Amino acid sequence: MAFKDLFRSKPRYVTVDLSTKKKEIPEALWTKCPICGQMLYAKELANNLYICMKCSYHFRIDAKSRISQLVDEGTFIEFDAELQSKNPLNFKGYEEKLSKAQKVSGLKDAMISGEGMIYGRPAVIGVIDFNFMGGSMGSVVGEKVVRSIERSIEKELPLIIVSGGGGGARMQEGILSLMQMAKTSAAVARLSEARLLYISILTDPTMGGIFASFASLGDINIAEPGAVIGFAGPRVIEQTREKLPTGFQTAEFLLEHGMIDMVVHRKNLKKTLKKILEFHPKNHCVEDIDSHGLPSPNALK
Amino acid sequence: MPNSPFFLDFEKPLIEMEERIAALKKFTEEKNMDFSDEIARLEERACKLGEEIFGNLTRWQRVQLARHPKRPFALDYIKLIFHDFIELHGDRHFRDDPAIIGGIAGLDGRPVTVIGQQKGRDTKENIARNFGMPHPEGYRKALRLMKQADKFGRPIICIVDTPAAYPGIGAEERGQAIAIAENLKEMTKLSVPVIVVVTGEGGSGGALGIALGNVVLMLENSIYSVCPPESCAAIIWKDGTLAEKAAEELKLTAQDLLKFKVTDEIIKEPLGGAHRNYTETAVRIKEALLRHLQQLSEMTGEELVRERYNKFRNMGEFFEGEGGG
Repeated sequence: MAFKDLFRSKPRYVTVDLSTKKKEIPEALWTKCPICGQMLYAKELANNLYICMKCSYHFRIDAKSRISQLVDEGTFIEFDAELQSKNPLNFKGYEEKLSKAQKVSGLKDAMISGEGMIYGRPAVIGVIDFNFMGGSMGSVVGEKVVRSIERSIEKELPLIIVSGGGGGARMQEGILSLMQMAKTSAAVARLSEARLLYISILTDPTMGGIFASFASLGDINIAEPGAVIGFAGPRVIEQTREKLPTGFQTAEFLLEHGMIDMVVHRKNLKKTLKKILEFHPKNHCVEDIDSHGLPSPNALK
Repeated sequence: MPNSPFFLDFEKPLIEMEERIAALKKFTEEKNMDFSDEIARLEERACKLGEEIFGNLTRWQRVQLARHPKRPFALDYIKLIFHDFIELHGDRHFRDDPAIIGGIAGLDGRPVTVIGQQKGRDTKENIARNFGMPHPEGYRKALRLMKQADKFGRPIICIVDTPAAYPGIGAEERGQAIAIAENLKEMTKLSVPVIVVVTGEGGSGGALGIALGNVVLMLENSIYSVCPPESCAAIIWKDGTLAEKAAEELKLTAQDLLKFKVTDEIIKEPLGGAHRNYTETAVRIKEALLRHLQQLSEMTGEELVRERYNKFRNMGEFFEGEGGG
């Protein structure tokens, strides 16, 4: 099937424009695994969800690939695709950086958000894309996260956000980027008060302002194997003259220290989401809930 | 010596002139001679000089003033603004973080909870207080005290002055990012007035972790930034020495933040900066606190929660629709 077919077009919303980024597979036929050095046939690597066939290293993937891996074919509707960054600080070179990032990624900013089905269960889904300025959060990403949450509340849908390469707060928007941390976390509080499920998926790398706000506030935090996740960058920490322990700031390190619920292999991610969603029936499966809006004893039968 | 422990380069001419005036006064007393005309002339010149230097500060100069080692810190303000402060310790999980202090105090007879980041005055105290850079347990202590304040209906005053949340192994192991995120999430639910005063350095997430207030005030020479200018320069231009340039780009002064509506009001400092007159600075902060507290006290808990939410919900600037550039 064509990748295009994944996205059902609906006139009310702007669908993902795929024309600028048709090639899923890099031009090079072979890709070298940065961990084990194995030469990987690009097509095979793509079919393997961009996981190294030899050592299981999880390559970073762009937001569109992520959505195609998680969302049922043809069910994704994108929202707020028209949001674009301003240069509120008149930060030198920011406009150039933005237009370059738009060309490289085919996106208007570092996040795609919308609604789609996961094994037939609807959810609001947001994915951050590392290819757009390192997946950093400025006003647009912050606004998209909050609008996703507002949509979840309005439609009583679960929320899934993949911090796929969240590089932290975007420096070029200065204090306004920092305030997106407050804004998104405040919105998560509202989502929580509405008793709606929020699954945060942390992929490589999730750092700084993104991890220190909405990305760490999931009811369930899931990380991909080997993903680098942390508050401060390792180079900054090394300056404190502390010797970094092996595996520092990896998904496994965070699991060991109690910061995340589980580390899930990319091949099992969608199935894991399905299971979790099944445990959280809400209005979309009316027969599964009792008069208090809570799961009925027969919800899973 | 760009970072002399006693004065900054641009303060030097003023301090030298003041020293001359003081010497002349002392001489007058000792020798019983009249130099009053000369003294008056010098004082007038000093005053003009002060206005010249401090009336037109660059962003980088304000960064230096915000970090001035003699600047009043949270405990100085607590002593001058509040009465009967009782410090409360610990996060009830791991340890007490001396980089964040907090407790109960009276503000003109009204019980409040005060929380602040605390830098050290000398090397020994700085080591103990980790240069005002909190660990996760500091943020957890702050949250514990805020929830306590909420329970007993006490307004919360947060004094922000930190270079950053500490970037260290222990901090990462104990969930620095999660501690800050939890604070941001929980602070939106507090049904008591929360007033934040940025008095020195508002260092990124480390500052924000206690700064989600109904009202955010900033001292005239304080800063509040997404990252320190040094790191910004290192990341963007691969050169940490371009901090001065980065400070200009980052728009991190109180005056900048007023334009972005991130701060609600600037509290004017005495001429030459807060460190030159602790008492006067404290008086001005206290006046602002009482005034805002009076206004916020007229709101219900629900209104306080809603207003605080809306304030932060609306932050950010972007294009929407086809008009985007």
